Amino acid sequence: MSETTKGRQGWRAFVRSDGFVSVLAVVLSLIVGGILIAVTNKDAQASAAYFFAQPGDFFRDAWNAASGAYAAMFRSAIFNYEGATATEMFNPLSETLTQATPLITASLGVAIAFRAGLFNIGAQGQVIIGAAVAGFVGFRLHLPAPLHILLVVLAAALGGAAWGGLAGWLKAKTGAHEVITTIMLNYVATYLLAFVLLTPLMQRTGSSDPVSEVIDPTAVFPQLIPGTTLRVHLGFVIAILATVFTWWLLSRSKLGYRLRAVGANPEAARTAGISVAACTVIAMALSGAMAGLAGASQVSGTEMFVAEGIAATIGFDAITVALLARSKPLWVFLAALLFGAFRAGGVGMQTDTGTPVDIVLVVQSLIVLFIAAPALTRTIFGIRDRKKAAKAPKAPKSAPPAPPAETPAAQAATVEGGAA
Amino acid sequence: MKISKSGRRVSAAAAVLGISALALAACGAAPTDSGKSSSGSAAPKIDYTACMVSDEGGFDDRSFNQASFEGLKAAEKDLGVTTKSAESNSKTEMKPNIESMVSAKCNIVVTAGFNIGDATKEAALKYPDTNFAIVDFGYEDRPANVRTLSYKTDEAAFLAGYAAAAYSKTGKVGTFGGAEIPTVTIFMEGFLEGVNYYNEKKGKDVKVVGWGDSKSFVNNFSDANKARQISDNMIADGVDVIMPVAGPLGQSAVDAVNESSNGEDAVVWVDTDGYEYAKNGKAVVLTSVLKKMGETVEESIKSGVDKTFKGEDYMGTLENGGVDIAPFHDFSSKVPSELQGEIDQLRKDIIAGTVKVGK
Repeated sequence: MSETTKGRQGWRAFVRSDGFVSVLAVVLSLIVGGILIAVTNKDAQASAAYFFAQPGDFFRDAWNAASGAYAAMFRSAIFNYEGATATEMFNPLSETLTQATPLITASLGVAIAFRAGLFNIGAQGQVIIGAAVAGFVGFRLHLPAPLHILLVVLAAALGGAAWGGLAGWLKAKTGAHEVITTIMLNYVATYLLAFVLLTPLMQRTGSSDPVSEVIDPTAVFPQLIPGTTLRVHLGFVIAILATVFTWWLLSRSKLGYRLRAVGANPEAARTAGISVAACTVIAMALSGAMAGLAGASQVSGTEMFVAEGIAATIGFDAITVALLARSKPLWVFLAALLFGAFRAGGVGMQTDTGTPVDIVLVVQSLIVLFIAAPALTRTIFGIRDRKKAAKAPKAPKSAPPAPPAETPAAQAATVEGGAA
Repeated sequence: MKISKSGRRVSAAAAVLGISALALAACGAAPTDSGKSSSGSAAPKIDYTACMVSDEGGFDDRSFNQASFEGLKAAEKDLGVTTKSAESNSKTEMKPNIESMVSAKCNIVVTAGFNIGDATKEAALKYPDTNFAIVDFGYEDRPANVRTLSYKTDEAAFLAGYAAAAYSKTGKVGTFGGAEIPTVTIFMEGFLEGVNYYNEKKGKDVKVVGWGDSKSFVNNFSDANKARQISDNMIADGVDVIMPVAGPLGQSAVDAVNESSNGEDAVVWVDTDGYEYAKNGKAVVLTSVLKKMGETVEESIKSGVDKTFKGEDYMGTLENGGVDIAPFHDFSSKVPSELQGEIDQLRKDIIAGTVKVGK
């Protein structure tokens, strides 16, 4: 083998690697998003009308619109190089972490269920219940700070666990499919909260709006950097701990092994003496507990009271994040950070450049779409799939794979064996 | 093979057509430099930035967010202020959006509704040098730099209820709401009181469906089918004037009335003048309960520009013109001839306090 062929093969392997394809996906989505931003920009639209008279104007306006929007996104999601003080400079990073915090735990929850072969659509309802319980403990009990915070966190986790566990129990006992029960329990949670918010149990005294009392200062998650306006709070530390715990649970514990075995093949797991019913309930309860933690961080970390929109779209975004991360705890953490950065960056895109929020969301969704569908990106760039191209029967390294193993899942399984 | 070839030819033809259309559209002359600098009637730019953050409804909610946003845009045109705006897609985005406005050096930040009330207060306390205005919300302990904008819409709805009762031929009028929240039910209550006042004065017995003895709510501001169903049911039940208080769902009532076989049925629109704002509204909008949020938002911005801004609880009433009812437009020939006079008198009586509205 000559040097050049070796080099060419190395290049080919690099081009076909997952990492490179992900980078291409981001580049591709930034280009498509940039085009969208440019065509929806008023200046660019105006100069497009006289394109043939002065084409330069159009390209200049389009470039300004797209690059301006992305620069604004960077400034409000990662580092504000225009900031006058250190707080202003690091506020974007703090915002990204703050936005990512509830998403991390909720997505870990969805991932745990995925690994046990359960599709938990109910994270939204579990976040709502977690938030409601956290709020209730936060404004009804009056305790010293560390104890109060601990209780808020525990109550939210238990609330979420009960809500998720209920769906698991229904599946274990009656065989009712968890997709249906969790979707329905989302509605139950949503409207239950809407109802309770109008009763004296939760409604703010003197208010006729559906908003709860404000939680005690002792129940508020302390800021990680006190004395500043940076919002990043204790919840982020909890999210890191939750990530480590989930990794340990799934890759190192006996329980995690059982859950994954049930997820891979319930029949085989049963034959091996594992109680599928118990595992189903436990997986859903753990999943719900994680989502409940997201509720706690919404109430005690950022909002300080409970209202109907308290769960935002966290529960549904969590499904996307878990899918994007192929249910690997470390990747879930990173994917949730990416989403947090989008959320924080969208703010700047809107206020600094006037890019309509809908376009911001379209760009974000495109990025996810291209990253989550590597096959699509490969096709667009004409790159052949590494696995299919090699055709060499490489034995997958790790034991029970995650949800129904398509190519991405199988790839992720090898990733887990090495990295996670 | 053949199919794909001809398919390709079709798409090629379409592409050529499309490109030539684009090319034609792009053949305009380039503007000269002087043409680009200012556009006609707008006021000269001044160094004042007015900003707005919406709640989940967005700026196209056909309700308070949209009305406030129109006020902001009017201020941009009339006063020459710079404007910035951000829509919040969910609860988690409200605080960051407001923060982002403050750090973008906004002089005044406008918000709307109880969903964003606490976030506005928090920011107002944190940034005492920035002015804030919030539509449709009040505080027990309002920060000194916040102007709250509330509206006694029941006063205007009272007039509309009186007019509806006078117009009704079936002796039955109806109303339905988007959700049972104070800013909605205040319309329905005023409407009911207006109808009752008419009955008392004229010795009639016009009934109100949907508020009072019965309650009709869509339970959201987005289910057009349900709003349509409620409207159809009311029409079938003999109701000939409907007042929908449900933001964009008011259109469902307008459609239902437009399509009902009876040419006499009518709608009382709310917030804006439905004669202009409702689709196909000209033929069916009897009158509208005007809640002049845009005007009062613009006025708040103007007070900031004039350096007369003060934190206060503004209350829009018939007296200060913050609320009113719209003219009868095409219905002026269809309503009883003495009605306009009675309404004008009633407006005076309510302002004078001789006719009491609300509790």
